[in-house]
Amino acid sequence: MIPLSSIERTAEALMAKAAIEIPDDYLAGLRRCAETEEGALSAFVIKAMLDNYEAAKADRRAMCGDTGVPRWYVKIGNEAAIEGGPVALEAALRRATAKATAEIPLRPNRVHPLWRTDHNNNVGIGAPEIEYAFDPEGDWIDLITVHKGGLFGSDYRMLFPGDGIEGIRRFYLDTLLAFGKRGLACQPAIVGIGLGGSKDTSMVLGKQASCLRVVGSRHPDPKIAALEEELKDLGNRIGMGAMGFVGNSLVVACHIEVGYCHTGGMPMSVHMFCLASRRACARVHADGRAEFRTDPLWFTDYRRRATVEWKVPAEAAAE
Amino acid sequence: MMSALKTIRLDLPASTEDLEKLELGTVLYVNGRLFTAREGAYKRAIEEGVGMPASPEALGRANFHCSPAASRNADGSYRVGAVSATASFRFARWLEGWFELSGCNIIIGKGGMAPETYRRLFVPAKAVYLTTVGYGTGALLGRGIRRVAAVYWREELGLAQAVWALDVADFGPLLVESDLRGESLFARENAKIASGLERVYAGTRPATLSRYGESDDKTKELIG
Repeated sequence: MIPLSSIERTAEALMAKAAIEIPDDYLAGLRRCAETEEGALSAFVIKAMLDNYEAAKADRRAMCGDTGVPRWYVKIGNEAAIEGGPVALEAALRRATAKATAEIPLRPNRVHPLWRTDHNNNVGIGAPEIEYAFDPEGDWIDLITVHKGGLFGSDYRMLFPGDGIEGIRRFYLDTLLAFGKRGLACQPAIVGIGLGGSKDTSMVLGKQASCLRVVGSRHPDPKIAALEEELKDLGNRIGMGAMGFVGNSLVVACHIEVGYCHTGGMPMSVHMFCLASRRACARVHADGRAEFRTDPLWFTDYRRRATVEWKVPAEAAAE
Repeated sequence: MMSALKTIRLDLPASTEDLEKLELGTVLYVNGRLFTAREGAYKRAIEEGVGMPASPEALGRANFHCSPAASRNADGSYRVGAVSATASFRFARWLEGWFELSGCNIIIGKGGMAPETYRRLFVPAKAVYLTTVGYGTGALLGRGIRRVAAVYWREELGLAQAVWALDVADFGPLLVESDLRGESLFARENAKIASGLERVYAGTRPATLSRYGESDDKTKELIG
């Protein structure tokens, strides 16, 4: 039985880690940008951001004032038992979100869409979002928090099979250009692309591709991995760097996730995880122990399975 | 690659003579008092006709498009963590008459405003636009905040939309985005990038199903 107190304590620690500490994989990616950036203004901005991460860690202060829209991804091992059940889990995550907002402090960003009511704690109707996944093995629970910026850098479009790769490139460039100008997307960014699924899952896949895969990861399908590389290079050839200034570092990494879609369509979404790529994760074991790590390990062979029944990974990965 | 950008320190409130010295792309660190105001404050001050919550002497003459990550202590004091600007273009609709009402001659924000807004509203008011960098140097800017002088309209608007009067020191880095002539650094950079776009778009095709409001002119500004 996973103790609820461990879940809540870990969730509070994750909120602070996500807000204050830039993940190592993104940091390494941005340092590569700093080395190769040719635009003077863009290079200045990247250097300022690297200084900013140091200031955040030294002061234990949020790296960005925006806070984004804090949310949770939860993966539950098949054998896991949570003290109090899923309702207690959700209450613990909402409490941790509210407490961290006051204590770190974070900006209370969440308001009612019409009445603009602000509870000053980032909790409200549907907030924070909690998304679930399962794993065929394990008695643990993985907690992942992501505080992605909430306004710019994402778009959705229904493409069709006839649009092909050329249509994918066009929509990708259009989105990068639209939100890259003036740096609205706060690039250099981890660009996530969702291809397929239904309209809503296309958005969900793309967002998860940007927020839940580490810089340096590759899609297991070699052709998709090659497309990730191609699109990353294409984005960096726009000629735009940080803040939309002349440069060559718009894309730190490009991740694509796919899902089966309607036979007549090819829905596509694009998402940009920004200079404050706030994500933190930990596994809470049945004995209450928490193990913090960088990689959310969200996309597994099981998560990407294509068959009716789940078989051993070697067989399941074939299709 | 790094090249040294011109860097200067500016005391607030700034005189027109001070602002005349600012060139596009100059790095700035500011000292003195500034205040936050964004959509909530604009609506209240202008649309609801309430006017400013305090005098320019109390608020300062630099309007920061921001709401800080801050919390209120039990004794009524405030703890400010990080501060980052929010995208300014959304606030253009409230700027008509704003400089006169508020006494501001500096706007600090994210991403600048449309060149037309500078020409029409900033230039006559002898005002400049300074952009934060990153975006999201929240920790560096947070370090620059030395004191919360006052918080206005907290109960009416909530912490995020309230008007925060802040005393700052070495607050930056900021970049000069628009000068007293209404020239824009972003517009200049956009124009440079536009020249190479045709080549980047080779090997792409427009979507089979287009959308209302779509334009294929990649030099077109989407803000404004």
